[in-house]
Amino acid sequence: MSERALHDPFTRLDRQREADRLGMLLFLGSEVMLFGGLFAAAMVLRLQHSHDYIAASKEMHYWLGGINTAVLLTSSALVAGALEATRAGRARLSGWLLGFAIALGLAFLAIKGTEYAIEWREGVVPRFSDAKLHGGPHELFMVLYFCATGLHALHVTGGLTLLGMMIWPKGAARAEREATTLGNVALYWHLVDLIWIFLYPTLYLAR
Amino acid sequence: MSRRTSQDAIPDTREERASYLNAGQGLGSWLLTHDHKRIALLYLISITFFFAVAGCAAALIRADLLTPEADLLSNEGYNRAFSLHGIIMVWFFLIPSIPNVFGNFLIPLMIGARDVAFPRLNLASWYIFMAGGLLTLAIVVMGGVDTGWTFYTPYSSTYSNAYVIGALAAVFISGFSSILTGLNFIVTVHKCRAPGMTWGRLPLFVWSHYATSVIFVLATPVLSITLLLVALERIFGVGIFDPALGGDPLLFQHLFWFYSHPAVYIMVLPAMGVVTELITAAAHKRVFGYWFIAGSSIAIAVIGFLVWGHHMFVAGQSPYASAVFSFLSIVVAVPSAIKVYNWTATLHKGEILLDGPFLFALAFIGLFVVGGLTGLMLAMLAIDVHVHDTYFVVAHFHYIMVGGTVSAFFGALHYWWPKITGRLHSDLWSRVSAILIFGGFNMTFFPQFLLGYEGMPRRYHVYDPSFQVLNVMSSVGASILGLGYLLPLTYLLWSLRYGKPAGPNPWGATGLEWSVASPPPKHNFETIPLVATGPYRYPLEADAPDEGEGEKEAERV
Amino acid sequence: MTASLRLVLVWAALMGLLALTIGASFLPLGPVLPVISYAIAAAKAGLVLWFFMELREEGGLARLAGMAGFIWLAFLLTLLAADLTTR
Repeated sequence: MSERALHDPFTRLDRQREADRLGMLLFLGSEVMLFGGLFAAAMVLRLQHSHDYIAASKEMHYWLGGINTAVLLTSSALVAGALEATRAGRARLSGWLLGFAIALGLAFLAIKGTEYAIEWREGVVPRFSDAKLHGGPHELFMVLYFCATGLHALHVTGGLTLLGMMIWPKGAARAEREATTLGNVALYWHLVDLIWIFLYPTLYLAR
Repeated sequence: MSRRTSQDAIPDTREERASYLNAGQGLGSWLLTHDHKRIALLYLISITFFFAVAGCAAALIRADLLTPEADLLSNEGYNRAFSLHGIIMVWFFLIPSIPNVFGNFLIPLMIGARDVAFPRLNLASWYIFMAGGLLTLAIVVMGGVDTGWTFYTPYSSTYSNAYVIGALAAVFISGFSSILTGLNFIVTVHKCRAPGMTWGRLPLFVWSHYATSVIFVLATPVLSITLLLVALERIFGVGIFDPALGGDPLLFQHLFWFYSHPAVYIMVLPAMGVVTELITAAAHKRVFGYWFIAGSSIAIAVIGFLVWGHHMFVAGQSPYASAVFSFLSIVVAVPSAIKVYNWTATLHKGEILLDGPFLFALAFIGLFVVGGLTGLMLAMLAIDVHVHDTYFVVAHFHYIMVGGTVSAFFGALHYWWPKITGRLHSDLWSRVSAILIFGGFNMTFFPQFLLGYEGMPRRYHVYDPSFQVLNVMSSVGASILGLGYLLPLTYLLWSLRYGKPAGPNPWGATGLEWSVASPPPKHNFETIPLVATGPYRYPLEADAPDEGEGEKEAERV
Repeated sequence: MTASLRLVLVWAALMGLLALTIGASFLPLGPVLPVISYAIAAAKAGLVLWFFMELREEGGLARLAGMAGFIWLAFLLTLLAADLTTR
């Protein structure tokens, strides 16, 4: 996916790049608000059932979440590095860094899947495997957990698809001018990271 | 049309001029177009259709309310009729009406750009909108939904037997269309302005659409996630909004109104932008207090996000929070009032021409003031307790949404019709329809203030016989209003074939959109204009004494 | 400072903050814990926004666009909490 050529409303390429970037940032703003509704719901649950909320959070596998945080932050750093490499004209390095970033993103999903499997066996999946849940705040906590992490995992998948398109089938971006598209994809990947940064203490670290 | 029409030399037939309308032939050239003007027309046709569908639902409601008994519709049918009316009017007519039609058509023309920043996204936005709209129609055909447009839980999540999931999905889908349009407008205004088109030279129409777009981008996602949670609750019975399971029913209302109250400003801010253009063009005078009007648009967009709790004064919200929300709701009236004062001050000593668009603008101001002032009453905690969920509320928001927004929509349609189609319409008939709409509207909705004040609750179709006189008045008014809405359909369509061809500037107005041919060429401007003056430099021909040398020419480039 | 060194340092800082937030959650902080957790999360988010998302190189407009979602979310959470805590 190379950069689009100059298209109609624009007469200068730099202006068009600024516009693309601004558009992406605004889109990310709307994504923040999308997750915002879930954060709001979590806040309400925590304010209304503080004790149960903390008890539910203590049952979460905080180390799996912690590892996943590290994985995602590292992946983000690699994507930032890939962007720098592309700008410096080092397409090969950029391709490798993006490949590692994608591998880490897949690892994130694998760990997340493992965690879901563990929760399934523990019986804390509302409506499907709820042996340990007896309604009430604990169940609501798990509902929010699955909504938020599930929606986040969808975003991870979307981000991985975009990152994949940066190195396949055409290979990593070579020219400096192609860095804009990669830059926008990187922005999206960092947003996925940002949301997780807040999901982690919200769901795993309330004690 | 007016003394101003004669200023322009008008070519004989439209066919001689190459324009965006004849730049491509066939359905494909419309359905795959990236031209913001054609996309605007796609929206115009679609929302007119949805307006008609929702209008039919309104007709059913008013017909049923002619008598105190339930004789036309069953209880179920009545619930479905008003839900359909609300859902389609709000999400498939009012919200996209002015921004997606006139914003799309005019913003690039007004700022001197050849298109919006992301033309493909613009087209995608229309397709997403249509997907949502057609899904809604499918729901209607299947039997409709009975939750009201607000989808309040627990009724929507637990008890309703109607097609709630489908309706939620339809609104959810249409939300993405709003987000993409808003994003597109913001980037367009920031990055596509012609050289010299500074922020202080933007027409106020553009300012109000900018403010609207901020709401589109930041409020709509909250609605999306809320609807998703309601759908999950309905499918799996998970109980985030269900107190029996530890959830908070008020949370739904908080999240819903965090979107839906700003959505009221999505509906009215573009209308205010339209009215500012109409007023200055009719008064032929510079706008009074440019920065106050521009700033008040932004202030409304921001403060409008902080008032949502006034929908929950009697719903169990904390009285302390209610007091804060009440105060903020009163505060948001200040920028709205600033606009009204500035419009009236602009008219003061103007060379006013009582043409059709101006009458629509006047109707807007009058009806908006009534709607706004009754809104202040509703923002008072003590009064709200009495009139909450009565026809007083119904009348209030119809004064804003129908009296305000729809009047402005028709004003915009008449004012920019020559630009869009290249044809002049009958000014006499446009005045007649403006007066019919104004009269019919007041006759429909003023009695509802009285009904509500006397205690008739909303959403009931069996009522105390003592309310019948006012209800009959309202229904008669609604027929006049309906006639007023149908009339433009006839003479505007007539003008497409028989109307005189329009020159570039039939109203003698300022603004870059009037500097290009009517209808505009495919790429708007042969050469990108160089802007050297602010907007509303009236009078057009004579040099005002306080202007700099040679500034006037640039706007005509 | 070269770009790559800067990224490595930011990454190290992020890892440090992650360790800190996990550690802090085991201290007997009671109601102060959320404040600390979210302060650390905000610091992490700030690093990501400022360095990875390159807002440090941007003008005011892009910074505002990048922050807008967070500012508006603060509106929502603040007034929602105002209701919940005084109900």
